[in-house]
Amino acid sequence: MKRQTKTKIIDFATYIGIVIVFIIMNTLKSNGMLTRSMTGQLVPICCYIVMAVSLNLTVGILGELSLGHAGFMSVGAFTGVVTAMSLQAAIPSEGVRLALAIVMGAIFAAVAGTLVGIPVLRLHGDYLAIVTLAFGEIIKELINCLIIGHDENGLHIIFNATGSRSVADLGLTETGRVLIKGAQGATGTQTIANFTAGFILIMITLVVVLNLVRSRSGRAIMALRDNRIAAESVGINVTKYKLMAFVTSAALAGGAGALYGLNFSNLVSSKFDFNTSILVLVFVVLGGLGNIWGSIIAAAVLTILPEALRGFADYRMLIYAIVLIIVMLTTNDPQMKALISKLIPIRKKGEAGNG
Amino acid sequence: MAKVYSKNESPLVPLPTNAFIPQRDLDKTPVLEASHLGIDFGGLTAVDDFNLTIGRTEIAGLIGPNGAGKTTIFNLLTKVYQPTRGSIMIDGIDTHNMSTAQVNKLGVARTFQNIRLFGNLSVEDNVKLGMHNQISYGMFSGILRLPAYWKQEKIAHERALELLSIFDMQDMADKKAGSLPYGAQRRLEIVRALGTNPSLLLLDEPAAGMNPSETAELMDNIIKIRDTFQIAIMLIEHDMNLVMGICEGICVLNFGKVIAKGTPADIQANPVVIEAYLGRKKEA
Repeated sequence: MKRQTKTKIIDFATYIGIVIVFIIMNTLKSNGMLTRSMTGQLVPICCYIVMAVSLNLTVGILGELSLGHAGFMSVGAFTGVVTAMSLQAAIPSEGVRLALAIVMGAIFAAVAGTLVGIPVLRLHGDYLAIVTLAFGEIIKELINCLIIGHDENGLHIIFNATGSRSVADLGLTETGRVLIKGAQGATGTQTIANFTAGFILIMITLVVVLNLVRSRSGRAIMALRDNRIAAESVGINVTKYKLMAFVTSAALAGGAGALYGLNFSNLVSSKFDFNTSILVLVFVVLGGLGNIWGSIIAAAVLTILPEALRGFADYRMLIYAIVLIIVMLTTNDPQMKALISKLIPIRKKGEAGNG
Repeated sequence: MAKVYSKNESPLVPLPTNAFIPQRDLDKTPVLEASHLGIDFGGLTAVDDFNLTIGRTEIAGLIGPNGAGKTTIFNLLTKVYQPTRGSIMIDGIDTHNMSTAQVNKLGVARTFQNIRLFGNLSVEDNVKLGMHNQISYGMFSGILRLPAYWKQEKIAHERALELLSIFDMQDMADKKAGSLPYGAQRRLEIVRALGTNPSLLLLDEPAAGMNPSETAELMDNIIKIRDTFQIAIMLIEHDMNLVMGICEGICVLNFGKVIAKGTPADIQANPVVIEAYLGRKKEA
């Protein structure tokens, strides 16, 4: 079978798979057949899937290790919360506000991605990983210093760098409301995120990433991963395409962040720390670098797993770690790979055609 | 089905006289003019006072013993290294401070001594990457699949197969580049370089690891490429049959310095060259 036809079938199967799972989960949810904890997990799972797919663009497709992905998620989350809450009076429709919040989250995260990317992408490998880690933490600390309120006069923003200023300095009128209280984060957010929005965001992410990869720009990005010197020798602008991948990845993370932020009434910026970045990286690595549907499955399973293991109480994280190790070992084993390719006919035919 | 590559039917250009630039190119701007080129790595002078002019449709050879600085010269011409001294003019344009990608847009394409393909991508994608700057649709046309995407990808696909047919490789278009046999990888690098629409093609040891019949086929193909695309080709090669057989001008390098320049006949008769390769007779 032709390679192109094969990739088209895999792409198509990914879309169809997501739609089918969405329909099943939505039916179960509306019939009340899901546990409460599972229902509560649906939106975060969607967010983590988008995070994993977008990080795969940087790590798997561009081939640069980024450890600051949660930073872009937090930019998106707090932008989304501020957007949705400040437009509460102006736009009554929750759906429209949610969409606007996600778009604003993506735009602000893209701006952050550009600002971080321009200096950082001059580095390679470990150095890049360390610097993105630092930038992720810097973004978290900067958001810790923000105090934002909203009243009929518009937004009031204080940057509380010295810690000496408080909510009172915002100068809000009586009808005003504080949206972000520095280290206490966003409180009293109206939770307008829902599963359908999560599903739509996943589909948009897939369209963006898969179509990008199969286009001229995506080819250039993968060429940089495979051989940077050769890519330059055929006239590919290294900085431009690295930045393109990095910023697209940040923007999608921002969209996921906005959805995540609007799913909880309270949100602190320390939620988006180094551990979250690593968690998303684990999804990507476990799903396979450059493998989009792998990221989706890994993100979904690994988000559900800790909740599902709650019954094991103290041993929960231990079992989680063991499962991770087993999956890593089996997916890297040649015999297991042969077995999997026997079970999945598309892959088998593709490999036979290549041999 | 893509069109099969057809050779340009114009009569073969006459063989050169003893001029380093073939006579047919004399009235045109040279494709390459390197003057007083030099590079130091710390205290080591790898290349010094390198001067070379290449005509628009010339096939030039760069030879010399191992470590003479041949690949360094290619790296200077393609700006993988920025020269310490001297200037490089491509088509009469000074390339001072340009990047590798910018020099490629001016028309310099190359292959590598140690093959550098995009191993995880398909053969066709490798050629399409060569054509990267000929395809103009942007990121959003690609993501939204606008008409520009379909139109240009279709043209790129046909052109890629056409270029691959130079080496009869159109059947391999769907294979992973990294899985090709060694000789095919070398040929694919040439096709990818041709995809960038160059005016000067630099081949770094194109016949390395090839047997005599493959080398003979490669020689035919190099001439065919020159005649069809009307471009200049400069090659580094240790196979003297190939160099003497197809090069119109040869430049011999030793210890980073040019020790001889001329036609194949001149070079073969030059005692300095023989000494560089074989050493001097011990004097009693």
